[in-house]
Parts: sequence; structure tokens; C-alpha cells
Amino acid sequence: MNSVVSASATLAPVQADEVVRLTDVKRRFGTTPALDGVSLTVRKGEILGIIGRSGAGKSTLIRCLNGLEQTDSGEIHIEGRNITGLSEKELQPLRRRIGMIFQHFNLLSAKTVEENVALPLKIEGLGKAERLKRAAELLDLVGLSDKAKAYPSSLSGGQKQRVGIARALAARPALLLSDEATSALDPETTRSILALLKDINRKLGLTILLITHEMEVVRSVADRVAVIDAGRIVEEGQVWSVFADPQAPITQSLLSGIRPQLPDYIAARLSPVSGGEQILSIDMAGPAAQGALLPICRRHCRSPSGLSMAVSITSRTSRWRGSSLPFPHATPRCRNRSRIF
Amino acid sequence: MLRACRWVSRSLPPRGGGIAEKPWLNSVLGAIVNGFRSVPFIILLVALIPVTRLIVGTALGTWAAIVPLAIAATPYYARIAEVSLREVDRGLIDAVRAMGGNRWTIIREVLVPEALPGIIAGFTVTLVTLVGASAMAGAIGAGGLGDLAIRYGYQRFETTVMIAVVIVLIVLVCGIQWLGDRLVARLDHK
Repeated sequence: MNSVVSASATLAPVQADEVVRLTDVKRRFGTTPALDGVSLTVRKGEILGIIGRSGAGKSTLIRCLNGLEQTDSGEIHIEGRNITGLSEKELQPLRRRIGMIFQHFNLLSAKTVEENVALPLKIEGLGKAERLKRAAELLDLVGLSDKAKAYPSSLSGGQKQRVGIARALAARPALLLSDEATSALDPETTRSILALLKDINRKLGLTILLITHEMEVVRSVADRVAVIDAGRIVEEGQVWSVFADPQAPITQSLLSGIRPQLPDYIAARLSPVSGGEQILSIDMAGPAAQGALLPICRRHCRSPSGLSMAVSITSRTSRWRGSSLPFPHATPRCRNRSRIF
Repeated sequence: MLRACRWVSRSLPPRGGGIAEKPWLNSVLGAIVNGFRSVPFIILLVALIPVTRLIVGTALGTWAAIVPLAIAATPYYARIAEVSLREVDRGLIDAVRAMGGNRWTIIREVLVPEALPGIIAGFTVTLVTLVGASAMAGAIGAGGLGDLAIRYGYQRFETTVMIAVVIVLIVLVCGIQWLGDRLVARLDHK
């Protein structure tokens, strides 16, 4: 119904094959359904963010993908192969195609950094020399070459997660699962870890599925986002589209942190206009948006910074009837698009 | 034999969150462990005389004392090792499962190395307890420090012998504890 023009920097590849396909996956713990009919696809080379509140079922979902968690019904296809109902033994070779990083890093404290990174290769049966060579390559990729012989306890949180990422990539997986990988990190470290993931996605063309409860994370790395609530996917789409025009109440509530509402005194001066059709949707969050859309934003919103907001411009037939433009300051936000133009 | 028993006990599946949970086996072994642990050693020493005779052919002397010592120490140590294994973070097991590791990989790469400092600390505690228990072995003629202290120090009123024995025991226990602590410090990278 909306989103005609895309100005986002993060566009998913259109015609790509699927790495993951979930069909009506269900899982309940006792009487509470953790997953209540989830269908989802992840295409090759994209970063899909799954967002939801605690207890929404996102951890269960991601753990189902590599068989750490069993499903009750439904089908999970990884690279075209149905993994539901496989035994632990049958799952093992499959899991080597899937890397996973964790909120609490889960590095083995008794092993050095390079031994940790080389462990998936040891499991694969590679010789020691080869393992350590590959581990050195990966530590170089994540920028931790000097820590190869250190033990994880001597590293900072961000460094630990880098080791976790190196370890997850060691066996050249087709898919990387990120289970709240930045939730235990401070905002700055989070940014550097996300930048690393984005970089890996670009360099290696790796498909990444990440779950998080932070919209910031999705905004900065994901191509597509799926919002999960009470075990169901309630909203799914391109990040720019969902951010600009959230449909589900849960999405709106999750977004409220980074998409604050108009101050009451301004909102009071605006009157709603019905029947407006959206013709343009802009996600001002993406880096590419800066160059292309800053002028538009300046013109329409009179926003000097104008970069951290999502703007939707609706049909010309609708008219904004406030007494002054709602963006006189450096922190402009518009929430209800139908009220603006 | 002592060793063998330990290894059997060490490989018990940790209760709850195990990689190969066998609740019935756990409860049977748990009951056996509790049974042995609730009997005072001096009583076990006497009660096990038929078993001792069966294994080493005699109920008297040093060899005869080893059997009840081993049987008493094993469940004690098994409990301590179980606690160490149970304290290994479940997330680590998940991580190795997610890498495609099998049960054996998890034991070799996660459970044993991660629990090793705790297992060795527990082993030290067990050894110290064994030093104490061995003092009672004099009751079946196995000699030892306890025998010396009772016979000479107590029954013959030779206070010097008593004090000497106590000092030797203190040094022995401190030495064992010091060695154990050093080993743990070297292995523990947490």
C-alpha cells in the first residue's frame, strides 16, 4: 500500500536463493507457546534482524535453526534441506554449516583465543597446523592477532565477542546466527561489533540472522526485519519500510525509543487528515541517505541535522494545518505522517 | 582400583542439563553415594571386612585398609567432581553443540577442561580427608600415624610422640593443600 520510493542504504538482494525457510514452526513449553506458527525466509547474503521483547520467542526461534531446540511441528529448511526430526547425530554435520555467536560469548576459559577459534576446525578433523593457520587468518579479520595466545578472561567484552565471531566463521559457514550478540556490550562496542558483522556480510557475502531487542541494532545492520511477539511474526519487511511506517502496535512501541513522538504542544496544534495516501517513504537512518536526502529533509523539515529520523511524506491532497512547521528545532521527529503534508 | 573407581564416578552424567541424561542411573548412583557417605569411616572399616577379605584375601594390615579407604573416598570424591561438572556453564555446551561437536567432544573439550580446576581442588580436599581417615586404619592393624598417636601418645602417655604426630599431620595436610592450590592456580584461567 505504501513505500514507492526507496531511499535506504540497505536493500536486500531481490532474486537470491533461500538459506533458511521456516514453515509454520510451532514449539511450546508446557502450556505456553514459545513459537506459534512462525513462517520466515532468509535469503542468501542478506542480514535479517528479528526483534522482539524478552520472552517473545526469539531465542527459541534461533535455537531451532541449528537444532539446539526441538520443534513440535512445522518445517525448517536449511539450504534446501529439512532439518526437523533429524537426530542429534544427523544434525552435527549440518551445524558445521551454521556459525553462532552468543550474548555471553561462551568462550572456553581453559583454552587460549586461538584454540577457541580453532575448535570448530578441530571438530571438523583438520590438522593442528592448518587449524592454527586458519585461526590466525580469522583473528586478523577481527583485528585481534596480538591476542592469539591470551586467555579469554584477559579480554574485554568487545574483544570476547570478536573472538566469538572469529570462532563462528572458522568453519566457513553458510549462515551466521547471532543470539543477542551485542546485548551485553556498551553502545560504542556494540557499534564496532555491528560494523564488523556488516563488513563480514559484505566481504564474505555471509547470510546473517540476528535476534535482538534493540531497534538500534536492526537499524544499523539489517536489510530486513521481522518483529516477533508472543511466538508470532507480527510484522516483516524492509527495514526502511517498517521503520518509517510501523503497523503493529508492538513495533510502534519498540520503535518509540528511537522515534519519539511530537511534543504535546505541537501535536495539539495539528489536526489529523484522513484519506492521505503515502507516496514517498524515507528512512533517514541509513548512511547513504545522508547525501541524497539531506537537502530534501532540510527543505521540508527545516532540520539542520535531520539524520536520525524517519520521515514519510503523504499524498498532496492531504494538508498539514498546523500554525507552524513542526520541526523548528534540531531534534525534529514526526510520528503521524498523515498530519504533516 | 581406586583410580578406576574415580574414573567411573567422574564420568557420571551431571545432574540436570546433562548431555546424556539418565535420571534413573543418576538416582541409583546418588543413593549409593549417599549410603556410603552417611556411614562413619570407622564403622565402614569394620562393616566392609567381608568385602576386603574377598578382594585382598585378608582383613588385617595395610592392604586391608586400602579397600575401605578407596570405597569411602570414591563416593565422597564423586560428589565433589559432580558439583564441579555441574558448574560448567551450559552456554559452553551449547556453543560446542552449535559447532557440530558430538558428546565425546563436549566431554573432552568442554566438561573436563572447564571443570578441571574444580576437580583438582576437590581431589585435594579428598586427599586431606583420606589422611584423616587413614588414621583410623590402625584399628585393623594397618599402622600409620593414627596408630602411632593412639598407641604411644595416648595409651603410653608419651606426649612428645603425640605432638610429633600432630605436627607431621599438619605439615602433611598443608603440603597437600599447597600443591593442590598451586596446580589449580596454574590451570584456572577464569
